Amino acid sequence: MTATALSIRNRLPTSFVNYQLDNAYDEMFSSPGTPRDHYRTLQQTLLGLPPEELRRSQQAADLAFLHEGITFTVYGSKEGTERIFPNDLLPRIIPAREWAKIEKGLTQRLTALNLFLRDIYHEGRILSDRVIPRELIYSCKHFRREMRGLNVPRDIYVNICGTDLVRLPDGNFAVLEDNLRVPSGVSYMLANRKVLKRVFPTLFRDYGVWPVDHYPRVLLATLKSLAPENCPYRHDPTTVLLTPGVSNSAYFEHTFLAQQMGIELVEGRDLLVHDNVVYMRTTSGLRRVDVIYRRVDDDFLDPICFRPNSILGVPGLFNAYRAGNVALANAIGTGVADDKAVYAYVPEIIRYYLNEDPILQNVPTFLMSDVTHRQHALENMDKMVIKAVGESGGYGMLIGPHSTHYQREEFRTRVLADPRNYIAQPTLALSSAPCLTDGEIESRHIDLRPYILMGEKVTLVPGGLTRVALRKGSLVVNSSQGGGSKDTWVLREGEVGSELLDEVREQLGALATEIGPKRIVREKAS
Amino acid sequence: MSTRPPRNFFVEAFRRDAGMLSRVADSLYWMGRYLERAEHTARLVNVELQLWLDQSPEMGAGRWRFLLEALSAPVSDGPVDPTKLVNTLVFSRTNASSIVSCIASARENLRHVREQCSTHMWEQLNRVYLGVIEVKPQEEWFLKSHDFFSVVTEGAYLFHGVTDATMSHGEGWQFIQLGRYVERADTLTTLLETHFKRMTSDVERPVEGVEYLEWVGLLRDCVAFEAYCKKHTAEIRPMRVAEFLILNPEFPHSIRFSVDRVNAALHLVSDHTQRAAKLPTRIAGRLRAEISYSQIEEVFAQGVHAYLQKIRSDCTEIHDAINEIYFDYPIEAEIAS
Repeated sequence: MTATALSIRNRLPTSFVNYQLDNAYDEMFSSPGTPRDHYRTLQQTLLGLPPEELRRSQQAADLAFLHEGITFTVYGSKEGTERIFPNDLLPRIIPAREWAKIEKGLTQRLTALNLFLRDIYHEGRILSDRVIPRELIYSCKHFRREMRGLNVPRDIYVNICGTDLVRLPDGNFAVLEDNLRVPSGVSYMLANRKVLKRVFPTLFRDYGVWPVDHYPRVLLATLKSLAPENCPYRHDPTTVLLTPGVSNSAYFEHTFLAQQMGIELVEGRDLLVHDNVVYMRTTSGLRRVDVIYRRVDDDFLDPICFRPNSILGVPGLFNAYRAGNVALANAIGTGVADDKAVYAYVPEIIRYYLNEDPILQNVPTFLMSDVTHRQHALENMDKMVIKAVGESGGYGMLIGPHSTHYQREEFRTRVLADPRNYIAQPTLALSSAPCLTDGEIESRHIDLRPYILMGEKVTLVPGGLTRVALRKGSLVVNSSQGGGSKDTWVLREGEVGSELLDEVREQLGALATEIGPKRIVREKAS
Repeated sequence: MSTRPPRNFFVEAFRRDAGMLSRVADSLYWMGRYLERAEHTARLVNVELQLWLDQSPEMGAGRWRFLLEALSAPVSDGPVDPTKLVNTLVFSRTNASSIVSCIASARENLRHVREQCSTHMWEQLNRVYLGVIEVKPQEEWFLKSHDFFSVVTEGAYLFHGVTDATMSHGEGWQFIQLGRYVERADTLTTLLETHFKRMTSDVERPVEGVEYLEWVGLLRDCVAFEAYCKKHTAEIRPMRVAEFLILNPEFPHSIRFSVDRVNAALHLVSDHTQRAAKLPTRIAGRLRAEISYSQIEEVFAQGVHAYLQKIRSDCTEIHDAINEIYFDYPIEAEIAS
């Protein structure tokens, strides 16, 4: 340890005393007491703040969340089902260079996944070429044979996606899960930002953070770009957000997005289908609906076509969709591409359609349907995470190192009964970041969920939801399992003096001579 | 298909913006009703608890029964236990008309349509809700109950203020007003009916003594005492009180005022929705005309009871008509048209 590092360590106030580093990658410290460059300003600010003030700010933020009703609903518990989503005040900071890689990697991945979805619902080239086993796709719970041969607007199946990334001990980001059905959490990203700007205004400005507030606008543009060709007002289609209703865990988000976009928030009972056209019931009669941002799962969308006992959906909706009279975002049947067993093939999918190497890596995955994989996984259950392929939200999984013998045996029986339905992954050391717990700063494990929008063009809002496993040592970040979140700051520039900044300057210079010489030259002269 | 707008584009474009979701309108309407009911109940119970301190026990028992009747709550025979009764009217979750239930229902209705209201409105109503559910009724609760009732009444005032200041006064706002004033006309009528049934004294002479307190109580129930005094001084004559609470066009807690508001809101809603909504506007218009051309002497000559009963049944009819035209219309007819 260098002398400077030591002296910094000695200067740490009580609040950093309990900050422990383990084998995981730490977002803030490269070694004990030495913060990474892009965290240095934050650390200085924190050192200058009395712990009491931090605690007060945290309380004020919690209260703001409670009053604004920024809550989510926990299933399966009777009491206090409406909870605030805990917010951690300390921002997670991502330098521009790292973000650029994430952006490129996710765009690549999503492009390939969309091509994949189009392919398997049409010619099925990837299956004929035996890159992916046919039975893997057809046995997928979320494969919708109803979608065969059906064309979706712009050939884009996944319009809204929230991919879960984790940072591995070597510092590289890897994709943990593609959420291609109805990803949620984006409202917390926006709410966290609002609170953080209030708490750390100067810090925020000094850092030069990319804004995220334009997300609803971009989402609306993406949705509108999907309007069916035959819709009477193609330049201004009637767009609605379909929610399962007030008892859904993400209901707050549905209302929030609808309000921010200025579109109607509808429930299944507000809609009806006549002659393959969707209408909503308004006080002035029936009005045609052109684009539906649906936050209802495939299964519940249309009781005639899918689950017959669903009361959340709209009878006849699928036929209207098939007739091309209404657009749905995301398309039906995208779940086949985020099946956790198909996930293992995504690097192959990228190579197959784009002829490129994947920019973001996958986490090693063992398919339980494969005999050797299964054997390996079952022998090492205490070191593995076992997941059901079609589940999400932290439900239906076993975390080996934190499991009891009984739980492992139970999972073993389940896996053996239906191997196709399970995969195993090594337990990952998610990266850790500083979090505020009762006025002290401790390290907690985190992940990252950026949001990608694909319509006329691909947009990533710089940032995303950083989810935090609030329990010490825990690796589960899901809100339903005691997770929280923190604001994610993507910096406009790299660390001062870095190569990247020079690179950016160089590019800007080139740009200046190319497109705007006069203006920039004049500025230089003055 | 060509992208050229159809010929009747402008007419159509306007029509397309018209009308909000029926479910949303329904929720806003009921939110208005529930909040008004909570405010009304809070005021009545509060006034009652104040009067209770001034009265003999026998007198008190009768008044409790009257309170239940005035709130259209079920009245049982036998002795009344004030603590229990107040708990039922204020805290009970099984009684859908208790203050806490009403506030919870108002909030639940607003929660269903949160994207329609401003954030400030939601925050304010949520605050009132959190304020009332944290109170746990205890023995000495009565003595400090005044604060509780101010949370409700002032919370409601603030909510309506915030609503007026931050929400577009469009269709949704009109539905809130509609709910609020239909409820007010209805609860006021019930209160007055109950009161006049019990008070059989000469309506033209000033009242005195114990009875005086009863009439002041009635005025306080309608936040009308000060306004009444300003017009008629503190001398209380039943007929004047009746005139003030039924026919006064300027005082916000009179039946006439409420019906005027219902009428105005219905006209604007019908303009917004471009729907010739004959039924509700016709009933409301008729009621308004009837009240605005009434004279209090006439009302008493006919019998105040029958007069109020007619108003109440009209209110029910207006409610049913709103429901039938805007919220729960038959779809077959719509598709055919």
